[in-house]
Amino acid sequence: MAKPITYYLRTDKMPHIWCEGCGHGIVLGAVLRAIDSLDLDKDNVCVVSGIGCASRAPGYLDFDTLHTTHGRALAFATGIKMMKPGLDVIVLAGDGDLAAIGGNHLIHAARRNINITTICFNNSIYGMTSGQYSPMTPTGKIATTAPYGHIEEPFDLCELVFAAGASLVGRGAAYHSGPLSRLIAKAIATDGFAFVEAVSQCPTYFGRRNKMKNALAMLDWQKEHAVTKKAASRLSPEELADKFVIGELGTRTRPEYTKRYESIIAAAAKETDENV
Amino acid sequence: MQGNEACAEGAVAAGMRFFAGYPITPSTEIAEHLAAILPKVGGKFIQMEDEIASISAVIGASLTGAKSMTATSGPGFSLKQESIGFAAIAEVPCVIVNVMRVGPSTGVPTAPSQADVMQARWGTHGDHPVVVLCPTSVAETYTLIVEAFNISERWRIPVIFLMDEVVGHMREKVEIPDSGKLKIVNRAYPDCEPEDYLPFDADAGDGVVPPMADFGTGYRFHVTGLTHDRTGFPTTKRPEVDALIRRLDSKIDKARQEVTFVDEVLTDDADIVVFAYGITARAGAKAVRDARASGIAAGLLKAKTLWPFPDEYVERIAQKARAIVVPEMNMGQLVHEVERASKGKTKVISLTRVDAEPISPSEILSVLKEV
Repeated sequence: MAKPITYYLRTDKMPHIWCEGCGHGIVLGAVLRAIDSLDLDKDNVCVVSGIGCASRAPGYLDFDTLHTTHGRALAFATGIKMMKPGLDVIVLAGDGDLAAIGGNHLIHAARRNINITTICFNNSIYGMTSGQYSPMTPTGKIATTAPYGHIEEPFDLCELVFAAGASLVGRGAAYHSGPLSRLIAKAIATDGFAFVEAVSQCPTYFGRRNKMKNALAMLDWQKEHAVTKKAASRLSPEELADKFVIGELGTRTRPEYTKRYESIIAAAAKETDENV
Repeated sequence: MQGNEACAEGAVAAGMRFFAGYPITPSTEIAEHLAAILPKVGGKFIQMEDEIASISAVIGASLTGAKSMTATSGPGFSLKQESIGFAAIAEVPCVIVNVMRVGPSTGVPTAPSQADVMQARWGTHGDHPVVVLCPTSVAETYTLIVEAFNISERWRIPVIFLMDEVVGHMREKVEIPDSGKLKIVNRAYPDCEPEDYLPFDADAGDGVVPPMADFGTGYRFHVTGLTHDRTGFPTTKRPEVDALIRRLDSKIDKARQEVTFVDEVLTDDADIVVFAYGITARAGAKAVRDARASGIAAGLLKAKTLWPFPDEYVERIAQKARAIVVPEMNMGQLVHEVERASKGKTKVISLTRVDAEPISPSEILSVLKEV
């Protein structure tokens, strides 16, 4: 890093609220290293979040930061980006916030291809409310609201967001914080909607109930179950069943929304001129 | 022009440059008109994926310094309530238009109502300040929406602009004031250096409303829907929570005079006064003229500000009039406020209509004749 990580932190707001062993600090560190690698101006970065453990991250960051209502971070961020397209707008959100209550905003932000970078801190659980199942809780796992084992299938968020129209999607993990940071940097540098799912760990409300007694066990799980896209291509569907694929998983070039809006302003101005 | 168009035109004249909305009858023409005219003045329009996204985008845009608005009707207004509370606690200026239709639920989408009056004041959870304005004509829609923005910017509060389907859809003549003649109020900006900026320190302003920086200008501040201290960061310390809620609430008392718009017609010698708002006030005006013609000393109190409720006007009338008649297109909502403000000094009569038709002058006249 060119600058110490504290350069980007509101250290006077520490200690943070996250539990011992939580993966969110590692993911947040990856976000800051990405920002540092791109040498972004602190005055020009705006970080927006919703509700949940991950959504408390912006409070610790020395940018313009907005902690909104549950699920709506992308909608608030859309208003910001439209009126100040020059800002680097980053949304930090948990899996419940983004994939459940905020799911509609996620697919529509991707469809518009608005230049907002979205990082999903995926710990597969609602941590802030003590461990209810989320749309990312794997089948069979235990949650306070799934005491007999979860019977739903989780989303593949990267596939979902790419299908909706994003310019870039990818997945990383807290265990692989270096590649995660490089992926986030690429996402921020993308001129369009970019989405990174960061697999994080919640030892307190997910691990303990699911035979992973501490953060170390959960990081081990990440290490053992993450496969690169290349490695995944050599595995059978059965071998892939309990794995997750990391890396850049989809890119495409599409016109960006706020740039497209400029064409509306130009067309409206032309109509005004013709009427004068 | 149409009432909804006057709302859109007036908002742009007030300096509104960002609109996010979602199609809903009977407010859709506001969005349609703004989609056409906003880009002509360099503004931005977006049709969001739902009502909640619309109000959320509006708050985000306002934080960058843009005067921002959304428009909806009953079902959409219900959906927006949580974020209206966010705007109240985070003190983000914005205007929410609700063109009232018959409810509850889907109700009668194409017909007028005045049944969202209480929701406009108390729709979002928790104690919170809002001002609610209600125009009675197309021309008044134009001028009053400008006031809505002025109040919102001055006091950093959400302002609810309650139209009804009749005012929204009817066409009337509007004389557009010269742009130089409109009083336009903008939010107060901090005059300190960014490192000294305390975004929720009201003492840096007038003691009630803190100056507000724009996102992206180097102030690097935090905004949250959690209770917060003057730095903007979350607090659950009891005295700080208490101070915040009380300061937010005090905006209404401080703003009361400035934001209360009431017209009085023939009330000086009136024996019976009609208290009315929205399109019902037009029927009230005709009923009062007809009553005078038949020898009844009637008058009209036309409230253009519904919240804060214009207590002092009602109390003054209650001291001299024999009765106050309150016609409303609902089961009787503001009539309870009229009763409260009259302090038992006069008879208060409720006239309700909920069959999806506006109240006619003759209905009001017959009540005036019976009193």
